[in-house]
Amino acid sequence: MWTYILRRSFQALFTLLIITVLCFLLTRFSGDPLAQYAANPRMSAEDKEALKERLGLNDPLYVQYFKWLGLAIQGDLGQSFFARQPVSEMIAQRLPNTLILMLTAQVVTVTFALMLGIISAVKQYSFWDNAITTFSFIGFSIPIFFSALGLMLIFAVQFKEWGLPYLPTGAAVWDKSDPVEYIKNMILPVTALAFVNTAGYSRFVRTSILEVLSLDYIRTARAKGLTSRVVLFRHALRNAALPLVTIIGLDIPFLLGGAIVTESVFSWPGMGRLFWEYAQRSDYPVVLGILLIISVAVVILTIVTDVVYTFVDPRIRLS
Amino acid sequence: MASDIASFDSQSVVREGVTGNILTPSQLIWRRFRKHRMALVGVVGFTLLMLFILIGSFIITDERSNAVDLQARLSAPSDKYIMGTDSTGRDVFARIIHGGQISLFVGITAVTISVTLGTLVGGLAGFFGGWVDSVLMRITEAMLSIPQLFLLIVLGKFIGKDIETVTILGRQFSGSVIIVICVIGFTSWMGLSRIVRANVLSLKEMDYVAVSKSLGSSQLRTFFKHLIPNTMGVIIVASTLGLAGAILSEAYVSFLGLGIQPPTASWGNMLTSAQSFVQQGSWWMWVFPSTFIILTILCVNLIGDGLRDAFDPRSNRHL
Repeated sequence: MWTYILRRSFQALFTLLIITVLCFLLTRFSGDPLAQYAANPRMSAEDKEALKERLGLNDPLYVQYFKWLGLAIQGDLGQSFFARQPVSEMIAQRLPNTLILMLTAQVVTVTFALMLGIISAVKQYSFWDNAITTFSFIGFSIPIFFSALGLMLIFAVQFKEWGLPYLPTGAAVWDKSDPVEYIKNMILPVTALAFVNTAGYSRFVRTSILEVLSLDYIRTARAKGLTSRVVLFRHALRNAALPLVTIIGLDIPFLLGGAIVTESVFSWPGMGRLFWEYAQRSDYPVVLGILLIISVAVVILTIVTDVVYTFVDPRIRLS
Repeated sequence: MASDIASFDSQSVVREGVTGNILTPSQLIWRRFRKHRMALVGVVGFTLLMLFILIGSFIITDERSNAVDLQARLSAPSDKYIMGTDSTGRDVFARIIHGGQISLFVGITAVTISVTLGTLVGGLAGFFGGWVDSVLMRITEAMLSIPQLFLLIVLGKFIGKDIETVTILGRQFSGSVIIVICVIGFTSWMGLSRIVRANVLSLKEMDYVAVSKSLGSSQLRTFFKHLIPNTMGVIIVASTLGLAGAILSEAYVSFLGLGIQPPTASWGNMLTSAQSFVQQGSWWMWVFPSTFIILTILCVNLIGDGLRDAFDPRSNRHL
């Protein structure tokens, strides 16, 4: 067991190293980070060159990389060229907004997915199963911007026009004195995210419940005379939930990055929008910092999920 | 061994065949695919969409889809403009036909790149094992640890947008078409490479591979003649589902404004400014292109689902 964890951690370190090299090269050369100064008439070419020298942009590439990596390991992600603020501070500001939005959306998604998946599996091939399957195929094919814009059109624009109570379209800043406004701002983005994500999860729940329901121990439980309800909730669901927990565990780190499209449509001040805004400005320390945080979280949680799984499910023993 | 195969075949014919004729594997697959009603709906839908785009482009010329009519800008659907006009007075209907060509072209070529790359990386990793496997799989894991949209944005910025216009088949395209194809192709091969690797790992332990080796075939021949053709089922299914993903990716990238640049139309870039038009109420500008995107993805997903069940009959036992 310990050798397994050790081997996985070693592999993970190697993966992380590749990620940092890859991201560094891609972001460092994604445009001129000093382009914002180009339009400034007070800044001469010499000044610009001096600034470049001072920021270390003229150093050999490997020096730049190792400088960045050395500081990043100590928790210093560098400074934004545009905002002139430490990247870690900028991320810390946005992270709570993203987490609140994404976790709420995830809870709503999983709740609905469980409900739909259970109905679908228990009443296999019934009218409701077919309806839910159709819904999930459509949901699976809908781009998030469509559900976001559609909800916006109906509940914000049209409702306002019709004189009905309408919902705000995002742009919330956490204001302790007015949590109601904050929650109101969250309704549309959470619905848009949940609507699209529920589809995939509910298919998954359906498949894993059907798989468990066909096993012998379920038949034994039925033969003992237990009611369907008890069999389903006490016996089947527990085992069916295992793969679902894994999937959710693997998805959680991806939530950190927020949803770029959803956050920009609803002007939600989260990490996704931070990433998008600074990627456009080629402000590579910010972009790189966000990529690093997400990928570290992904790599760590993948190992944790794998290890936890083996503890929870005795059928799997690592070799 | 030959008789083993023969008896296995005849058994499967007894199980699956109704007429008693000996069916080849591809006939069996076709038979199973035909039984999948939703997949046939997908085929019909996709054919209709193709015909619409193909016939439409003969009736409505490319010039008309780019013609600017400033007097008629932002006009609602009418007799003259069936689907209205966009912010510079271009005919939305004509742009949907010609944009559809681009979106499908981008989707198909991007999938070709990603499938080739994924098959090669996964196949080589599984075939050679050892350090080749370790390195290739760490790179795959590294790229899988970054959410795809983040990777698309970073790679899109990295390649840049300053490529001259190109002429393909007598039509002028913005150079961004090629960039978008590469960006999508290079960011979506990882999932397939993992599946192909697992497949090749189990296949290369099989007797027929040992026979082929002992008969003196080169590694290259074993790889391309025996291992890859036997993973074809997985590859075909992955390419179909990948096509849906690629069309969706094009839409996301273009929605953010990083994708295909006007005047070349694509379903994605017709949505670029959709966000601001939601507030103004010009719903036709984004509802029509989105609907076409959703319908295409839905049909392709349905076909992919049918193919998956047809290629792997075990997978639908519990579905």
